[in-house]
Amino acid sequence: MRLLLKGGRVIDPANNVDAVLDVLIEDGRIAAVGSVRHDEDMRANADANADADTDTGVCLGAGTHAASITTADCRGKLVCPGFIDLHAHLREPGYEYKEDISSGSHAAAAGGFTTICCMPNTDPVIDNGAVAGFVRRRAQEVGLVNVLPIGAITKKQAGDELAEMGELVAAGCIAVSDDGKSVLRSDVMRHALEYSRLFGIPVLSHCEDASLSAGQMHEGYYSTVYGLKGIPAEAEEIMVARDLILARLTGGRLHICHISTKGALEAVKRAKASGLAVTCEATPHHLALTDEVVGSYDTDTKVNPPLRSEEHVAALREALTSGLIDCIATDHAPHHFESKDCEYGLASFGISGIETAVAVIMDTLVGPGLLDIARMVELFTTGPAGVIVEGKASRQAQEASISSSKATPGPCAIQTPGRAVPYLGTLTCGAPADVTVIDPDLVRTVDARKFYSRGKNTPFKGMELKGWPCMTIVGGRIVAKDGRVAR
Amino acid sequence: MGISAQSTQFDRRKDLLGLKDVSNEEIELILNTALPMKDIVRREIKKVPTLRGKGMITVFYENSTRTRTSFELAGKYLSADTSNLAVSTSSVQKGETLRDTIKTLEMMGPDILVMRHSMTGAPHYVAKNTSMRVINAGDGTNEHPTQALLDMFSIRERKGRIDNLKVAILGDILHSRVARSNIYGLAKFGCEIRVAGPPTLMPPGLDRLGVKTCFNLEDAIRGVDVINVLRIQRERQQTGLFPSLDEYSELYMLRPEHLSLAADDAIVLHPGPMNRGIEISSDIADGDAALINEQVTNGVAVRMALLFLMMGGRKDEIAA
Repeated sequence: MRLLLKGGRVIDPANNVDAVLDVLIEDGRIAAVGSVRHDEDMRANADANADADTDTGVCLGAGTHAASITTADCRGKLVCPGFIDLHAHLREPGYEYKEDISSGSHAAAAGGFTTICCMPNTDPVIDNGAVAGFVRRRAQEVGLVNVLPIGAITKKQAGDELAEMGELVAAGCIAVSDDGKSVLRSDVMRHALEYSRLFGIPVLSHCEDASLSAGQMHEGYYSTVYGLKGIPAEAEEIMVARDLILARLTGGRLHICHISTKGALEAVKRAKASGLAVTCEATPHHLALTDEVVGSYDTDTKVNPPLRSEEHVAALREALTSGLIDCIATDHAPHHFESKDCEYGLASFGISGIETAVAVIMDTLVGPGLLDIARMVELFTTGPAGVIVEGKASRQAQEASISSSKATPGPCAIQTPGRAVPYLGTLTCGAPADVTVIDPDLVRTVDARKFYSRGKNTPFKGMELKGWPCMTIVGGRIVAKDGRVAR
Repeated sequence: MGISAQSTQFDRRKDLLGLKDVSNEEIELILNTALPMKDIVRREIKKVPTLRGKGMITVFYENSTRTRTSFELAGKYLSADTSNLAVSTSSVQKGETLRDTIKTLEMMGPDILVMRHSMTGAPHYVAKNTSMRVINAGDGTNEHPTQALLDMFSIRERKGRIDNLKVAILGDILHSRVARSNIYGLAKFGCEIRVAGPPTLMPPGLDRLGVKTCFNLEDAIRGVDVINVLRIQRERQQTGLFPSLDEYSELYMLRPEHLSLAADDAIVLHPGPMNRGIEISSDIADGDAALINEQVTNGVAVRMALLFLMMGGRKDEIAA
């Protein structure tokens, strides 16, 4: 089984590729990235396909290696390594009425994601190997996208005792987090950061000083005008500062979830400059919307951290470009409609964002020229991969320098064998063929009723967005096309 | 009265949720319409047939005696059929959702819903989900438009105008829907607005609304034409926003010596119920500058005007 993605603009940041090329997928792996007409390996295919660049399968003939090849015309499209979402809530086990691993996997595939990391605030909490194993097994049964569970930092996310991190890692967890709240006790957070060093996994921190954050929206001009209790930016910044201090104390790898304030960014900037192993993510909704939209009292605008004011959004956007923000993560938080169809003050916090994330970034940032398209691809691929895989960023840099010293580097020069994870977020030859194809010109209106996610809670509903994922390939298989998941 | 010429403006409006999005013309129309309504309230026979056959229901999810009674009488004086959902005895206590409660009421056929709710935005949510016309009788810490309208009516009645007056609003601005609606309404008429109260009870961003924030009474009151004193709620002290009611009254109770700083003919408003000896001294509350009792009558008149405009009453039936 072979699949040829033909004539797209291939953007593969890990391998410094940004050119109109073809991508050949064979046996579920990236077989070649290059030009069909000039690449030695692909000449035969090129001849066979000279006038057959359609969607239909093409038989290479009755030769010794007769095999079918499917060609996808990717002209005008962006062909990228599979997008990774570091922060999704799949709600299973326990809250299947909000989302389950199947509906969440469908939503991810439709949204252009090939790998998603799911948060442990389920019931029971992913604080032991059995639950983590259940999540992985369910995801494999569903078989659409890669699901990497995130274990809890503390047992039952209660903030008191460390969960069995070794068991969680053995069961496939790639990080730990008590997402949804901060680990309030500084000693517990300290121990988590210290202990995590044994496994080389990051500690993902939801930063919120709960004593300051009992509100409905960002505190500022609009909370005054709309008469809703405010959540000050400082509720986030205090915890970011504390966690950065603890990261310095412990040498643990700290990742700040859904960073949303200017002050938090400044703190992370100082920490990075001083050499701390800290990373951070931002969400599409915090990048695209300001607190002004809350004036509709549409509960779909209610999210934690809250949508911030213009100055914070401007700081976030700048930090995307500058590289201060390492990745874009959705914080996909599906809710049952009943918990949103109510008074603003009673509504649940959260946005169902995985199906609109790419389009929101394309439309609000890439389209208007605020974010370079290649940088956007980094933020969805090498960025999150670098958070998950220890030292990945530096290893890639090393590999790139080795390959560029060769006489004929070419995009396929890196053929590092080994574990699958180092390939995450790349189109490196030999890597599992996880590919996201984006149609930058496709215009579509967000229709939450058509979401695969059970959560229809999106503040982007009814918006016309330009630039959508049009094909999601996981392990060489097309799992979604034109926004519809393969049956 | 000029009512008929302008009443088409209100035909386009389904709900009255706040003064934020109400035009100057609409406010003037309401205040002008309230004038003949006030005459009706003072008649011996307080009944005109203009809204007969119309239904009004009041739903109060938060305790209120005067606002609910004011609406109810306003409806009755205009011959509307009025009914009240007593929330404590309703199925809300059984866990019914707001949407279901409102739908149930809607199916009983009233034309207008008057609603108070402890949560900001609840009337906006209801308005989107019902064919009834909705009047916000106070939502959370957001707006209380009819209170601000009656305040404006009272100001205009005594001062002859609203435009470009200097107004001080005293007390808990952070949590006050009365303050917000007053600010939105008065700012539309070019008033210079100052607020004063403990720094813990001052919301951010008021300067962007053209409002000056003061921490002490004297700064706010100097030279003003109108002083609007807000009720301080004891629970604010309990949640640590100021140390004690004694200290609050020491620092923020409006006293006669403060009034001497204001303009000579300054007036004092209070939305009630008053905490005498805490935010307002009895000397002021019972003095000549206070319009507090007149505000209550004006409240009925303004609400009659609003019901009249929103339920499409016939103007020939309110003429004296």
